[in-house]
Amino acid sequence: MPVTELAGTGALVRLGLRRDRLLIPVWIAVFVVSAASSAGATADLYPTTASRVAAADSINRSPALVGLYGRIYDPSSLGAVSIIKLGGFGALMVALLSIVAVVRHTRRDEESGRLELLGATAVGRLAPLGAALVVAAVMNLALGAATATGLRAAGLPLDGSLAFGAAWAGVGLAFAAVAAVCAQLTVSARSSIGLASAVLGIVYAVRAMGDAAGANGPRWLSWLSPIGWAQQFRPYAGNRWWVLGITLAFTALVVAAAGMLAAGRDLGGGVLPERAGPARAPSGLRSPEALALRLQRGVLAAWLVGFAALGLLLGSIASSVGDMLTSPAARDFIRTLGGEQGLIDAFLAVELTFAGIFAAAYGIQAASRLRSEEAALRAEPLLAAPVGRLRWAGGHVGVALLGTALLLVTAGLTAGVARAAVTGDAGQAVRLVGAAAAQLPAVWVLVAVTLLLFGWTPRLTVGAWAALVTFILIGEVGPLLDVGQWLLDLSPFSHVPRLPGGEFSAVPLLVLTLVAGALGALGLWGVRRRDLT
Amino acid sequence: MGAAIEVTGLVKDFGRTRALDGLDLTVEVGEVHGFLGPNGSGKTTTLRILLGLVRADAGALRLLGGDPWTEAVDLHRRLAYVPGDVALWPNLTGGETIDLLGRLRGGLDRVRRDELVERFHLDPTRKGRAYSKGNRQKVALVAALASDAELLLLDEPTSGLDPLMESEFRACVAAERSRGRTVLLSSHILGEVEAVCDRVTIIREGRTVETGALAELRHLARTRLEAELADRPPPGLAALDGVQELEIDGTSVRCQVEPGGMDAVLRELATVGVRTLTCAPPSLEELFLGYYGAGDAGDAGD
Repeated sequence: MPVTELAGTGALVRLGLRRDRLLIPVWIAVFVVSAASSAGATADLYPTTASRVAAADSINRSPALVGLYGRIYDPSSLGAVSIIKLGGFGALMVALLSIVAVVRHTRRDEESGRLELLGATAVGRLAPLGAALVVAAVMNLALGAATATGLRAAGLPLDGSLAFGAAWAGVGLAFAAVAAVCAQLTVSARSSIGLASAVLGIVYAVRAMGDAAGANGPRWLSWLSPIGWAQQFRPYAGNRWWVLGITLAFTALVVAAAGMLAAGRDLGGGVLPERAGPARAPSGLRSPEALALRLQRGVLAAWLVGFAALGLLLGSIASSVGDMLTSPAARDFIRTLGGEQGLIDAFLAVELTFAGIFAAAYGIQAASRLRSEEAALRAEPLLAAPVGRLRWAGGHVGVALLGTALLLVTAGLTAGVARAAVTGDAGQAVRLVGAAAAQLPAVWVLVAVTLLLFGWTPRLTVGAWAALVTFILIGEVGPLLDVGQWLLDLSPFSHVPRLPGGEFSAVPLLVLTLVAGALGALGLWGVRRRDLT
Repeated sequence: MGAAIEVTGLVKDFGRTRALDGLDLTVEVGEVHGFLGPNGSGKTTTLRILLGLVRADAGALRLLGGDPWTEAVDLHRRLAYVPGDVALWPNLTGGETIDLLGRLRGGLDRVRRDELVERFHLDPTRKGRAYSKGNRQKVALVAALASDAELLLLDEPTSGLDPLMESEFRACVAAERSRGRTVLLSSHILGEVEAVCDRVTIIREGRTVETGALAELRHLARTRLEAELADRPPPGLAALDGVQELEIDGTSVRCQVEPGGMDAVLRELATVGVRTLTCAPPSLEELFLGYYGAGDAGDAGD
């Protein structure tokens, strides 16, 4: 392609880095601190090689944990044990950061008309895309280098730390490329992020299936996933640098595809053409609630498909959890967990906690719609009509509350159906729907936090995501760091009974619901009394 | 029943910036009222306060006899609003948006809606994200004009329309007035206000500087006079009270005359004989310049 297509990329890169001068360093710091503190905590927790091997074996023996995080390829290596959660779940977060960064500088700018302002200057057609990718590359390289430095400072070997930093950077680059393609396909930033996140979810699940598979199972699946490549890199457990080549080749191919798509379309358009719609509104579209549902139904439908697939996947993996445990030691291990049913329940309980976190992410996104509608001046025509603020807010909050309920029930139902198909016990479906629904009060607390921020500090509505990330860190890293119980109690997810299998208790669920109700009411009070901005 | 809109001493601060600083505005029932001011003078803020979107810090205000903040929903049944910056839902068509807004206000006249869509050459099947600024404005205008509201609040409604559509708009406003509706039209396009408004309020930096019927306002300002004389102008002309910006080029004279000075000027000119004489009332542009103090009217307009 001609060089003029990229004219002005340098200036746009500087603009992008300037716009993100706060965001990128803060995120990098969060990642580096999590990585380094996790490494330090692991060293304290398992000071001897024997204790590490024991811990690693217990993880490697559990398909549930292997599916969730990945496998520990060298049980005697302190580094390999330290990074087990970072390599799987951490990589997922790095990919998400890249997706948001690339879409923010491509489709979001295009949608808002800012790119039009730039497009009229001496800037090539491909320059905005190129600049977004360069910004993402700079961010990921800095993230990788800083993480390697942090891990080294925490006392891990240099070569493995470099490999781990490179593995994270590689995942980030690969998903920057995926996001670049998604930004060409859809016309709204929201659906670009949704599409790229769906790809991310699928490749994570594919890796989980490959990793959790038994010796004769489809282990090759792990090699179809960029997240899988990062783990097959095997930092601190062989440092197979050649795997990085696969990631980079994949990135180059996908970037080229994004470039071709971008070169062949109009500004503001997508690859799929825009069709004309109805000249009149359907008779149901006559209330603020109906409008909220109409605006959010597409995204909700996509999440529902994702949750249905997630449930099916969990339900079918769960049944094979016991298969690979053949050694006498493993049999003993199962018995201490309460037999095979106990093992399966423990697996499902852990996985449903993650379903709860994903549902909370949906809930925050759905409730944050209030802020984006307000900021885009689309709340104004509604509120200038005879529509009260509470009704307007209620529509979107209703979608968030009912949508999260629908998602969790769907995941529980499909998981239960998959289990019932194997066990022939239809009661499994009821049991798992109940277990999934138990996550709901904690999820609603996050919807309420979003509403609270929107009501009192609308510009900080995005802080609800920070709350979610904090709660995830508390739940994942907190126990490792041996922090006080009070800190663990801060996260609503800490109070959800471990279901199925655990002891059910209604009190914490009731308290969580009340907390959500109180925060939500406080938020609505703020919505009523503040200026619309 | 009192005025449709009654605002006195309105004050609004955004942080340290004072957006409104004691603004007064009275709009009588049944009139088309022009609300004039340069960009950033507080027109939109005033409208947003009248709509109960933003709360006033001080001042008294009544809208259709009610309190815009506490009675917002009830009052909004009786008014329609066209924002200056129209944002549409990207995946709703223009037609769907018009219907939705109409139904929220309690129903809209289908025949009238279709007539207006036709009249403004609007394609109602396109998605919100595909409309240009002018077309987005047309969607909001059709939704407002097709409603049965007593009061129309229009915030620079023609800033994206082409001249043809602008004249359609003027005709619509005239029709609304004859149907007895009240219109508050905010604008910085003076020709538009001159063409359709009965009375105007001029604001600057959040404060009302002038309000009244157009005829009265013209009375306050100067008249532009151009004359071709039979001979060279009388030397006493420049010394007369109320003569400003006098230009003499051979036998032609150009000047501005304050309302009280016209008699004396005409008498003076008649002493040398007048061949042609043009007197024009000042345009709103000239009124504006008087208030906003650009100083030299010579550079303005044209």
